Amino acid sequence: MGRTLKSRLEVAGIYLVVLIMFAVILYPLLWAVSISLNPGTSMFSSKLIPDSLSLEHYKWLFYDPRSDYVLWYKNTIYVAVLNALFSVIMVGLVAFVFSRYHFAGRKNSIYAVLLMQMFPVLMGMVAIYLLLNLVGLLDTFAGLIIFYVIGGLPMNVFLVKGYMDTIPRDLDESAKMDGAGHLTTYFRILFPLVRPILAVVALFTFMAPFMDFLTPRIILRSPEKFTIALGLFSFINDKVGNNFTMFAAGTILVALPIAVVFLILQRYLIAGLAEGATKG
Amino acid sequence: MQIQQAATGGPQTLAGPKPRTAALLSVIPGFGQYANRRYIKGTIFLLLAAAVGIALSAPIVNGIYGLITLGSNPETDDSRTLLVEGIIAVLLLALFTSAYALNLRDAYRDAAKRQEGLRIPSVRQAFHDSWEHGFPYFVIVPTFMLLTMIVIFPLLFMICLAFTNYNLYNSPPAHLLDWVAFDNFAALFTEGVWTKSLLAVLTWTVVWTLVATSLQIALAFFLALLVNDARVRFKKLIRTVFILPWAVPSFMTVLVFAAMFNDTFGSVNRDVMSIFGTSVPWLTDPTWARIAIIFVQIWLGFPYVFTLVTGVLQSISKDWYEAADVDGGSRWDKMRFITLPHVLYATAPLLIMQFSYNFNNFNIIYLFNKGGPPVPGQSSGATDILISWVYTLTFDQNNYKMAAAISIIMGLVVALFAFFQFRRTRSFREEGMY
Repeated sequence: MGRTLKSRLEVAGIYLVVLIMFAVILYPLLWAVSISLNPGTSMFSSKLIPDSLSLEHYKWLFYDPRSDYVLWYKNTIYVAVLNALFSVIMVGLVAFVFSRYHFAGRKNSIYAVLLMQMFPVLMGMVAIYLLLNLVGLLDTFAGLIIFYVIGGLPMNVFLVKGYMDTIPRDLDESAKMDGAGHLTTYFRILFPLVRPILAVVALFTFMAPFMDFLTPRIILRSPEKFTIALGLFSFINDKVGNNFTMFAAGTILVALPIAVVFLILQRYLIAGLAEGATKG
Repeated sequence: MQIQQAATGGPQTLAGPKPRTAALLSVIPGFGQYANRRYIKGTIFLLLAAAVGIALSAPIVNGIYGLITLGSNPETDDSRTLLVEGIIAVLLLALFTSAYALNLRDAYRDAAKRQEGLRIPSVRQAFHDSWEHGFPYFVIVPTFMLLTMIVIFPLLFMICLAFTNYNLYNSPPAHLLDWVAFDNFAALFTEGVWTKSLLAVLTWTVVWTLVATSLQIALAFFLALLVNDARVRFKKLIRTVFILPWAVPSFMTVLVFAAMFNDTFGSVNRDVMSIFGTSVPWLTDPTWARIAIIFVQIWLGFPYVFTLVTGVLQSISKDWYEAADVDGGSRWDKMRFITLPHVLYATAPLLIMQFSYNFNNFNIIYLFNKGGPPVPGQSSGATDILISWVYTLTFDQNNYKMAAAISIIMGLVVALFAFFQFRRTRSFREEGMY
């Protein structure tokens, strides 16, 4: 009898902890939603449970002539698609070479890439700014995309290489035996097999421009070229309390699709990540 | 040398120049190849060398000259541009030197092959061969060139800046920069404000990295164990909610938190703390700001570890626990001898990465409170970690020289960490396998 009571108490305790965590997790998220639905632009007057709900901030983002929100969204999608595309192409090929070829300097180049992955890109921001200025790529999407693709390359290469190493080499060696060239081997044999991890890379690189405000802040200058994160940051950067409702509304429209995609794909994400980390 | 050739080569050894002669002739690229009767290859080398020599020797010389002087006339010279061009010139010079060395080696090898009586492949054959055998280089070389520009070049630039006098009051284009050797480092370690700031930032960086990461791992582990309990229902719902902080872009949640923790109108003080009748200066008091920022990082960071640990917990075979039951093992024993080793073994590399992630976690520090609140007598704020301090120095205070010097110190820490990480990384233990 005492045993079941103890067990019940334990389960109750677990549920209590879970409930507290629910509250802690959901409170800021719900708060942001409620702010975005509050009428008026000031955070001072807003309440957790608003007296009246209003969609005025969402409407403002889309219809007000002073709002660049739609433009920012378009810019971000443009950058994100190209970033994902080029990243997947380059990362796949480089990982393929690292995983499958013996060549003089292989070990040293892997060391070099590993080392580069360790240094935060932020450390060289001044130089990036001056360099892009010198070659005329400052304030262009091309500059931003090049920076994203190359800057993220080292880390992504290791993710994919680790995954590729787990695929038996017999497969591509027998393809070589049958006379397949380098690229044929990659695209016909290995590419289909590493698609899961490349999908992870594509997702990460696609999402990066939505969340990163720092790089665009340094590379992009004109407001009509802003990406969404930079644009939203500019809402609240100057005067904290005043535009916060607009910021909240704009944020929710970005966070919602990302969160949904993430929750749907998280199972594959974890599997891919764990695989790459333990085997890489 | 000659005896050896006579011994190995036989009569046809006289067919071409000695390898060393060919290499010597290649001091002018192409001539050694001509001597080897590789006329097309020789012409290509000669033309390439001439093109590089004519087009780039002036910029390279100018670049290196500019790098040394950093400009002489403030009206026409911009030291920053000269610095950029100088570094690029040095990188190009390194590239051409290695190409030149390859040219010498090529002449030597071809001559050696001819002396051994091997047929040298035609140019067309050579092109085919180079694709066939050199494929890795076709991928790696361009990749590394790009990486050099985007990753290595900026680091070199930063290193150079640390040895100049570039700050707000002495900045191009109005002023010229000068090399000042180790003055900036000397200032960092001797001048009161800088020493105090550096010590404070270093301490807080270490505390922040260890405390925030450990707590987020501990909480995640604890929650994963609870939710994994067989008696708990609605597991899927619970896990989905627990992952939410990871799913929402952190850039946005940190800004939301920053507003919530606002001293005067933030909802934490208005809605939560008012229940207890107090108000806490979350953003203006150093200690409270640190507590708040660690709390926010735990909120943001635990779902990732939670998911990892949950994955491992589900994969541990039930046989282990049944065997432990038979042996009369207590719950604590099972935890210590079965669960913990399994989880740690599978997730250790990722957990270590969490530490290095937080060490460089610029986003949360900067977005939450911009490293603040400010501390009197210090150039850094109370929650500034190394990277956010560097950012503030660079972009807000335009004190480039000190930012660069601190970056180098940070780079040393990272390199030290990298060194230990290398030795643990599995890729390198398995390297011998292929």
